[in-house]
Amino acid sequence: MQRRHFLGAALAIAVAGMAGNAMAQSGEIKIGEINSYSLLPAFTEPYRKGWQLAVEEINATGGINGKKLVVISKDDGGKPADAQTAANELVSSESVAMLTGTFLSNIGLAVSDFANQKKVFFLAAEPLTDAITWSKGNRYTFRLRPSNYMQAAMLVEEAAKLPAKRWATIAPNYEYGQSAVAVFKKLMSEKRPDIQWVDEQWPPQGKIDAGPVVQAVAAANPEAILNVTFGADLVKLVREGNTRGLFKNRAVVSFLTGEPEYLDPLKEETPEGWIVTGYPWYDIKTPDHDKFLKAYQAKYNDYPRLGSIVGYQTIKAAAAILAKANSTDPEKLIAATEGLSMPSPFGEITFRKIDHQSTLGAYVGKTALKDGKGVMVDSVYRKGGDYLPSDAEVEKMRPKE
Amino acid sequence: MAFYFVQFLTGLASAASLFLVASGLSIIFGVTRIVNFAHGAFYMLGAYVAFTLTERFSGAFGFWGGIVVAALVVAVVGVLVEMVLLRRIYHAPELFQLLATFGLTLMVQDIVVLIWGPDDLLGRRAPGFKGAVEFFGQNIPSYDLFLIALSPVVLGGLWLLFQRTRWGILVRAATQDRDMVAALGVNQKWLFTSVFALGVFLAALGGALQIPRDAVHHALDLRIIVDVFVVVVIGGLGSIIGAFVAAVLVSELNAFGILIFPKISIILVFLVMAVVLIVRPWGLFGRPEAAARRTPGLTVNPWRPLTSGERMLSLGALAVAAMLPLFAGNYALTVGSEIAIFVIFAASLHFLMSVGGLASFGHAAYFGLGAYGVAFLAKAAGLPMIVSLLLGPLLGLLGAAVFGFFAVQLSGVYFAMLTLAFAQIVWSIAFQWVAVTGGDNGILGVWPDKWAAGPASFYWLSLGVAALAVTVLRIIVFSPFGFALRATRDSPLRSEAIGINGKRVQWTAFVISGTVAGIGGALFAYLKGSVFPDSLGISLSVDALVMVLLGGVETVSGAVIGAIVFKAANIWLVSQTDLSKLVLGGFIVLMVVAFPKGIVGTLEAIRNRWRPSETKKSALATSRVEVAE
Repeated sequence: MQRRHFLGAALAIAVAGMAGNAMAQSGEIKIGEINSYSLLPAFTEPYRKGWQLAVEEINATGGINGKKLVVISKDDGGKPADAQTAANELVSSESVAMLTGTFLSNIGLAVSDFANQKKVFFLAAEPLTDAITWSKGNRYTFRLRPSNYMQAAMLVEEAAKLPAKRWATIAPNYEYGQSAVAVFKKLMSEKRPDIQWVDEQWPPQGKIDAGPVVQAVAAANPEAILNVTFGADLVKLVREGNTRGLFKNRAVVSFLTGEPEYLDPLKEETPEGWIVTGYPWYDIKTPDHDKFLKAYQAKYNDYPRLGSIVGYQTIKAAAAILAKANSTDPEKLIAATEGLSMPSPFGEITFRKIDHQSTLGAYVGKTALKDGKGVMVDSVYRKGGDYLPSDAEVEKMRPKE
Repeated sequence: MAFYFVQFLTGLASAASLFLVASGLSIIFGVTRIVNFAHGAFYMLGAYVAFTLTERFSGAFGFWGGIVVAALVVAVVGVLVEMVLLRRIYHAPELFQLLATFGLTLMVQDIVVLIWGPDDLLGRRAPGFKGAVEFFGQNIPSYDLFLIALSPVVLGGLWLLFQRTRWGILVRAATQDRDMVAALGVNQKWLFTSVFALGVFLAALGGALQIPRDAVHHALDLRIIVDVFVVVVIGGLGSIIGAFVAAVLVSELNAFGILIFPKISIILVFLVMAVVLIVRPWGLFGRPEAAARRTPGLTVNPWRPLTSGERMLSLGALAVAAMLPLFAGNYALTVGSEIAIFVIFAASLHFLMSVGGLASFGHAAYFGLGAYGVAFLAKAAGLPMIVSLLLGPLLGLLGAAVFGFFAVQLSGVYFAMLTLAFAQIVWSIAFQWVAVTGGDNGILGVWPDKWAAGPASFYWLSLGVAALAVTVLRIIVFSPFGFALRATRDSPLRSEAIGINGKRVQWTAFVISGTVAGIGGALFAYLKGSVFPDSLGISLSVDALVMVLLGGVETVSGAVIGAIVFKAANIWLVSQTDLSKLVLGGFIVLMVVAFPKGIVGTLEAIRNRWRPSETKKSALATSRVEVAE
């Protein structure tokens, strides 16, 4: 029973494996990147391709002030605790200049809290929760993607034009779904005091029992439906809804459904006329996007998903920040980022000083069926900066430092 | 009225898919006593293979043929798994097969992504069942009607198979008393293989039949496996009719429950299971288990305290571990702290499993309660770290006292499933009660006070607490209470006859174990600086089980080694490879084959073989146990 002997030995082995590479080579700048690669490959594969393309482009044009950019990427397996272990490894062993990435909101928050505690710069790529920049925001954390609030505001703008007065909601039962519905309801009721909320369904994320949910919503006989489910849940919901005629003669407003990640799996079952946020890569005709699209297709022989944009722009933004700060000191990075503007495939974006949110926007349009595939039509780019609450409101939400 | 009828039918359709998978699991468990964690993986494989086949061969024949062929193909895979892997470990301690099938599940998750890619796949609709049937203005998908009709057909088929064939009689006999069946000269090997094949076939069929209504993706397995376990347990293990009734019960309660409480789906099955198990300890149609011939912790070699030499060695190892901060960096120290915390957690479960003979599937509940206890005290009450650390685990103690009281009334797998139900109930409270627990966004900013903030000091703190916890648990094992607990484990009847109050002893052990887990959770909260519902979740409970089984459930402190090996391998693999699940799963499977009694258990067996004085005794004892089997 030599248990503690083993304890020492195993720890020593662990140390030997992990502590290597602690010294950054001169002439390199390292960025740490964390994402749920094994849990959410459908999103993270295109995302990884996106940031790899960005790294290649940056180093081909001289790196960051002459230094080579290196991204060290870690998997968090979808668990906040593991994301923190990875963050710790990146900061302590790899001495990265900053942390980037994350997909799930709770993981984004965990890494953001870690960054605040350890005084490390963190550029959150994907997590949508409003908390990360507002109620639980901190000076070390910035976020790229348009938040839940911004996407809701973009959708409300369109939804308020609909004649529908009786609304039902279907959303996954966790923070993302709950806050998406809450913000949508609040903004919608402000614009349209006449509408009624007649039903709400909260299937567990990833485990929707779509038949009963669809029946229950249909029984409330709403005129319009707000959907927040995505991924496999969305596929089940759409299939049951199509078969049971739930979407017939009803307006549907849906978060994220226009993103290729979620729209493409629906194939010929794509419902038509849903008002969605998303990424119609086939319809964007701007020079910035063309350049990105060509480079992406040339490198991967595949079309980009929204994740590709997020991954690409995350690393482009990180490089811009590092170049402007010309230092890896977190305080200088923060100073460089606040108010920094840069180009992106969606046009120029700015990291706001007030809440560290970027003004990256999203496309709003309608779903349609074309050659047996789902597409977004009539899409318009909505700038993120136009869909944020007033500065006074933001200041009230963000904790004082 | 028409609406309620249609909602009822919809519930029945949901029940059909649940029943197919559950019946397979139930048959496998009934005969082989394997808790087949990989059942969900076979379900998922069925869906993937069926997707490929139905895409390749169109038309009605191609579709239905594809479904059946997919189920057969996966059944063949199941047979291979049984023959190559499971046959080697039937004689390992009970639940050890769970470890092997868990490793397989991990591997399959990565393999399907490698083969079929990461995107969600949309299968074809079933030819002839694409539309809906109208019923008083309500639409019922015709495929639902097909599924509703199919499940009684499968139930009837299985009934005929079990009642009217010789093979069925053997299976039923083996379900009741497999030792007797073996004694009567039935070739158990092939009986087990064929039963496993049938069970896997049903799982794969269940998965294949989902492709017209679901998306095929790599998380299908985890989505179904827990629900299926619950259905099997509610119905009564080994009872096909029970599985059917339970599937209908759960699905209908869900279909109508969401009309009143839209958020109920997340917790419904576990609530039903908890209520059923408290009222009917063996499920709706189950029968009391025959007295088990081997309980999880029953050892061949009697336990003994460490000799003084071994004590010195352990102290030496502890001293070496304590010197880590002298040469290791911050990251290694943080990983060291995490491993030490999981040593505490695994040791607490090990105490319950091997000393108490009670395998908990929901031990994370008490770990997580300890973590939340600390988070409440530190964030809401603003107490200093040392006070929070001392008081936080009391929440784990409280949870263990309440749930343990009900749980120890049961034994075996029913005990395990009731603990799982309680853990899921606690998890969903943490997940849903956003105002207090922050929901899945958790509680942030639970960082240690200055004196423990450095990685080295926190490491020493965790190591010290871990050493203390393991020592105290060992002292309890060899105390009069420990002997009483082991007596209750080995023979409830005899121990009761000599005046031991078995239930009270087990309850006390449950509370001790839950409190120690809570201590681990309390440290974990400070290590991570935050608490999330994950720390109460199923996957953490499974991790703990894996650590205990890997270390060796028949040993006194094997969990310590199990925790170190598993946690270090896990952290290292996740950091080094994107295919961490494939590699980790493969590692677990290899360990299972190489160390059929767990790492420490196998090492002990080897050492005993080298000691001539003990050779005779242990060989005799081993042969006796084998004869008894």
